[in-house]
Amino acid sequence: MTSRIGSAAARIAVLVLVLLGLWALWEGYRALWEETGWTRPFRVNATTMPHLHDIVGALFDPLREGEPLLARFMLDAALFTAKEAAVGFAIGAAIGFLLGALIARFAVLQRGVMPYIIASQTIPILAIAPIVVVGLGNVSILGWTPKDWMRVAVIAAYLTFFPVTVNTVRGLRSADPAAVELMESYAAGEWAVFWKLRVPASLPYLFSAFKVAATASVVGAVIGELPSSIQSGLGGWIINFNQYYALDPENLWAVNLVAALLGISFFLVVVLVEKLVVHRPPEILV
Amino acid sequence: MSTSEAVVSARSISKTFGKGGVNALQDIDLEVGQGEFISLIGPSGCGKSTLLRVIGDLVEPSSGEILVNGKSAHRARLDRDYGIVFQAAVLYDWRTVAKNIALPLELMGYDRATRAGRVRELLHLMELDGFEKHYPWQLSGGMQQRVSIARALSFSPALLLMDEPFGALDEMTRERLNVELLRIWAELGSTVIFVTHSISEAVYLSTRVVVMSPRPGRITSVVPIDLPQPRTFETREDPRFFELVTQVREALHAGGAEL
Repeated sequence: MTSRIGSAAARIAVLVLVLLGLWALWEGYRALWEETGWTRPFRVNATTMPHLHDIVGALFDPLREGEPLLARFMLDAALFTAKEAAVGFAIGAAIGFLLGALIARFAVLQRGVMPYIIASQTIPILAIAPIVVVGLGNVSILGWTPKDWMRVAVIAAYLTFFPVTVNTVRGLRSADPAAVELMESYAAGEWAVFWKLRVPASLPYLFSAFKVAATASVVGAVIGELPSSIQSGLGGWIINFNQYYALDPENLWAVNLVAALLGISFFLVVVLVEKLVVHRPPEILV
Repeated sequence: MSTSEAVVSARSISKTFGKGGVNALQDIDLEVGQGEFISLIGPSGCGKSTLLRVIGDLVEPSSGEILVNGKSAHRARLDRDYGIVFQAAVLYDWRTVAKNIALPLELMGYDRATRAGRVRELLHLMELDGFEKHYPWQLSGGMQQRVSIARALSFSPALLLMDEPFGALDEMTRERLNVELLRIWAELGSTVIFVTHSISEAVYLSTRVVVMSPRPGRITSVVPIDLPQPRTFETREDPRFFELVTQVREALHAGGAEL
């Protein structure tokens, strides 16, 4: 127990040290370039590289006199984007798993479908986002049109499904041949082998994919918001602050910081669920 | 022994792997009676594991006929007539000891209460009490193999197929598990077919030792083991034990095995 507390303390110490190191790098770089007046790769000043404390400070300033703090708006925007990303992640993970399971089961599909799945990921997401988000806005199913955030969730799903598909295929095929033979000796049916052996065996692979997909879904949600001028999410704020960068550079940095924190929280949620769900010898977990 | 009481009856079993490839088994004839403890021994590549898998319907013979409990090996597998233990324990890492033991019972549709009862009995039988909530990777190799044996016994099959189950264990653990296996065999009255490459293990455990030779894999001799039952640690010091070990070793040499 003491060792567990000790290792937790060590982790926090490492985290603080790394953050301090990053702060020192940023501020040290600024100071050196400002002092010497070096112009390569770019001139350093309050516009190109605001002080870190100014960036964090911007979160705790009102945008205009008498309004709530920027952090308040950022929290709302982050929650809105989180909803898009989470729904997109869920849809993408489900589709990704289903595709992966079909490919793992029917070898023909490996050649027939995989090339298109790979091709789908080579298309720049910025090229697809407007088509999907704007296009789906004109779709009407029995008078119902998908809401803004739902259309953005489709983009998040688009970035999520790919790593999940690839790792599902590998994971479902990773079962130990002897473990499969054991199932045969019990005359187990294909479904039983799937649910009691192949799926549990694939979990470490699936969670590796979920970790990649979790952060990708946040990126997908932010990018999905850009072409459709959805104002409620982090993407909307990014466009907005981008236009006023010359006046308030630290605001854009601040919203980027919030987007990064959102991505990290998604990642940590996956890590937490993995700890609860996946029981493996410690050396196998990554 | 007539065919009707034979647990396993193999008639001119041959197995060739690949097109015109390796002759893993050639003309195997073997009868195993109810309650026997048969060891298949031979150098690597003699097809002893393949023969075990043919009996278990995990490998299909190229020719010949194999009956298990008087029916086809395929039918016997579907009827879950045997339990199997491999050299590796093949436990599922994501299941606790108790859930690993209960796996066959789950597949066979036993209800939760029956499963829990059986698991408790087996934990006790295999001296694993108190470990039910452990995960396999938290156990030593010897304990993992005991869980694997408990799993094979969980649905009380009358026939136990064992493929070098103690091959990866140290000598001490192996000898202890040998004693335990004999105790269980006597207690349950099951029939055991046991693959090994250890002569002393084969002699110590078996009622008959089947000696095989490689390329092509065939049975070169069968040595009946007339050591008294039950066998104990002293059995290994019995002069008759050494005679039989020598007899099996010579049979292996005569079959062309380089030892």
